Formats: sequence, structure tokens, C-alpha cells
Amino acid sequence: MRRRNWSLPYALFLLVFVVIPLLLIVLYAFTDEEGAFTMSNFRKFLMHPEAMNTFIYSIGIAIITTIVCLLLGYPAAYILSQKHYNTSKTMVVLFILPMWVNILIRTLATVALFDFLQLPLGEGALVFGMVYNFLPFMIYPIYNTLQKMDQSLIEAAQDLGANPLKVFSKVILPLSSPGVISGIVMVFMPTVSTFAIAELLTMNNIKLFGTTVQENIYNGMWNYGAALSLIMLLLIGIMSLFTNDEDNAQNESGGVI
Amino acid sequence: MMKKILAKGYLWLLLALLYSPILIIMIFSFTEAKVLGNWTGFSTKLYSSLFSGGMHHSLMNAIWNTFVIALLAATISTALGSIAAIGIFNLRSKARAVMNFTNNIPIMNPDIITGVSLFLLFVSFGISQGFTTVVLAHIAFCTPYVVLSVMPRLRKMNPNIYEAALDLGATPFQALRKVILPEILPGMISGFILAFTLSIDDFAVTIFTIGNEGLETLSTYIYADARKGGLTPELRPLSTIIFVTVLVLLIVINKRAEKQQKE
Repeated sequence: MRRRNWSLPYALFLLVFVVIPLLLIVLYAFTDEEGAFTMSNFRKFLMHPEAMNTFIYSIGIAIITTIVCLLLGYPAAYILSQKHYNTSKTMVVLFILPMWVNILIRTLATVALFDFLQLPLGEGALVFGMVYNFLPFMIYPIYNTLQKMDQSLIEAAQDLGANPLKVFSKVILPLSSPGVISGIVMVFMPTVSTFAIAELLTMNNIKLFGTTVQENIYNGMWNYGAALSLIMLLLIGIMSLFTNDEDNAQNESGGVI
Repeated sequence: MMKKILAKGYLWLLLALLYSPILIIMIFSFTEAKVLGNWTGFSTKLYSSLFSGGMHHSLMNAIWNTFVIALLAATISTALGSIAAIGIFNLRSKARAVMNFTNNIPIMNPDIITGVSLFLLFVSFGISQGFTTVVLAHIAFCTPYVVLSVMPRLRKMNPNIYEAALDLGATPFQALRKVILPEILPGMISGFILAFTLSIDDFAVTIFTIGNEGLETLSTYIYADARKGGLTPELRPLSTIIFVTVLVLLIVINKRAEKQQKE
């Protein structure tokens, strides 16, 4: 048997468990309970102020979380990538590590911290929890691109008389932009699509769009739930158009966490 | 010098922020108080009651299910993903691009979309949800990572060794076992560990595919528990154990990867 045929079982598997399920989302989104074509699921979303508000609010929270992660994460990634600060590889691992702890445990830990410090649970806790959950996703890609940056370019800029601010804005920032973009996508996407997290962080006071999707699916409104999922998928699809192939190249080198 | 201290200080401050919630859980796992934040003296009672069963039977059950599901999902996805990687590697470039693209979909998709899509798959075909569907769902989102960790090993391999083995009279199966397998084994191990941790960690996909026949994994247990308001105190030692385990696993993977890179 030729070795290229070895991809056949997996091709079949991907068809059944990845491609068909995604097509089913589209199918359910555009049909009613009897299976007839309809746009009413989307109309329902547009006419339903609560769902609409949750959607916009979720995007807002995702944007705020992304900005805070960028502001906190960029300097950290920069320091980690500079050799003369001699930060060790373990330090990088320490920043990535929380990513691997169950998201619910991390969230409950945040709730515990707020309780411990007797801070109220609400919007503040929500943003803190989201930043806490997703900051590593911002630091890691930026660190990766900064680390690969050619240091002599910075030296050249300095030699040619650029001040530190100029060096940063004209050399370092543009060179690190692929990492910044993939960091933004990697924080924005999970933030906008989480469910259950927001409820835990705000004692059920704030609901995000992911929860709306889950609740509808749970309550048997599969078609409406599928339509909401498709809307989320579109939002994320638009976001991921901004990522370029450079990240894929990074992934393919594989291995190191 | 000043700059260096400031820079390091910033990193440590950020780390303190990242780790303070988990540290609080760890510290309060060594006291008996029901409510987190109450220190009633040092005690390891929560650790012993976590393992003594009894009233926390359902928690132990959930841990067991999580472990079995992760082991099954990681084993099957490692096998499926490694075979697939060899196949994809030998495909012609167009077919390979299609396979790589499809392989990336579950990685790019948010968990909730993967969860909803698999839920719709199972309900459309009238498959009742439970243990099997959770394992299948986990294989679906773990295998792409195995493919991604085996692929670089194949790319680095000298393609002539396999041909040489065949020329020297090895059957294709022997050549696979004696030549290709040892080369990709490190990638398979990394893929397995990655798949295992991803499966243990998963919440979003599990909750959509677990059905309502009483099956619980750790994530769904914690979720149900948290929604009821009170958090079972035994979850504190459990989180601590999980955190330390993940820490050790990650350091092992990283050391392996560093060694691989040096080679």
C-alpha cells in the first residue's frame, strides 16, 4: 500500500467530525424546525434586543480585554526576548504555564482572589479574569517574533542616530507586528466566545454571547442556536483574515511550548 | 542597571498577578475551613478526604472519567494522527494543502463552535450522547495537534533512509517500524502529552457532547458545583494536585523539546 494512502482514514475522520458538523451549523441556521429554508433565525437575532445587546457587549469586553492584554503583555514579551536582561527559558515557561490549567479552575481562583481581597464581583472582576485567563496567549506570539528579530537592525538604527523612541516606533514595533496581530486574534477569539466564565466572575449578573449560544442549544432551540453560532463564526472568520501565513510557519516548527 | 531592575521587577509583578489566584487556592487547600479565605489552622484533612471517597464519591467518579477519557482520546489520536501525518507528508502538494487546511480548522475554531457542531452531528444522526461521543469529540480536537507535532519530525528525516531500508531488503512494514517509527517517536510522545492535557482540560466541547445521563467529567463537575454556589472544599487540594502535575509535565515536554532543538 502506498504511504500517501495512509492519510485516507484521517481524511474520512475529518470529513465526518469536522467538515460535516460545520456544514450542519450552516444547515440548521438556515432552516426551521421542519427543515424548510428560512431566514427567520437571523431575523429573530436582529429583532431581539437582549441577544443583540449581549453580542455587542461581548465584543466590547473582548476589545477591552485585548487592549489590556496588549498593554501588559507587550513589555513583558519584550523584556523576555532581550538577551541582556538574561531572563531564563524557565521564565518564559512560567508565563505560558497558567494556560494549561483548567479554565474553570483558573476562573474560580480569580473569584477566590476577589473574595479574599473583599473586592466586589462585577465588570472589574470580569475583565481581570479574562485578562488573567488569556494574557499568556498575547505574550507568547509577541515573544516569538521579537526573539527572532535581527538585533543588528536595532543597532543600525541607533548608529544612524535614532533616539530610543524612534528605534521602537520605526524598527521594533513594525518588525514585531505579526506577533502582535496573532496575539490580538488569540486573545480576542477565546474572549468573545467563552461561556460560563462570565457568569462565575459576576455572580450571574453579566452574560456573554457564548452563554446565549449555549442556553439556546440547551433549551432545544437548535436552529436559533446554530444561527447564533454562525454569527460568531463569521465574526471570528473576519478576525482571522488578519492573521497571515507567518503564524503557520511558526506552528510548523513545532515542539517547544 | 536601574533599567534592568525595573524590567525584572515588572516581570515578577506580572507573574505575581498571574499566580496569585492559584496560590490562594494552594494555600487554602491546607486548611479545613469550608469557605475559602477562612484560615482555621494547618491541616491536610482536605487531601485525605479527597481520596477517602464516601460523600465525594461523585467527585472521584468524575476524576476517574476524566482520566479514562483523556487516556483513550490521547492514545487513539496519537495513533490516528501519526499515521495521518505519514500519509499527508507523502501526498502531492495540492492534496497536502487541503489536508493541512482541514487539519487546522479544529485548532482555529473556538471550542464552543466545535462543541455546537459536534452536538448537531450527534443529534442529527440520532446518536445518544454519553461516554463514546465525548471520546469521539476529544479525538476530533486532539488529533490535529498530534499531526502538527509529528510533521516536523518527518520533514527533518532524511527520505533516503527509508528507501535504503527497502533496497536492503526490508519489507515496507519493517522499514516503517525500524526506520520511520524511531524517527517520529519524539513527536508522537509530545503529541500524546499535548492531547492528554488538552483532553483533561476541556470543558466547552465536553459539555455539548456529554448528554444528560449523569456522566460527569471534572470540568462539568466543577461547573455544576460552581453554579450551585458553594464550591466543594475538596476541589482546592484537587486543583493544587492538577496544577503541580501540569507544571511537571510541561517542564518535561519543554526539556525534551529543547534537547531536540539542540540535536
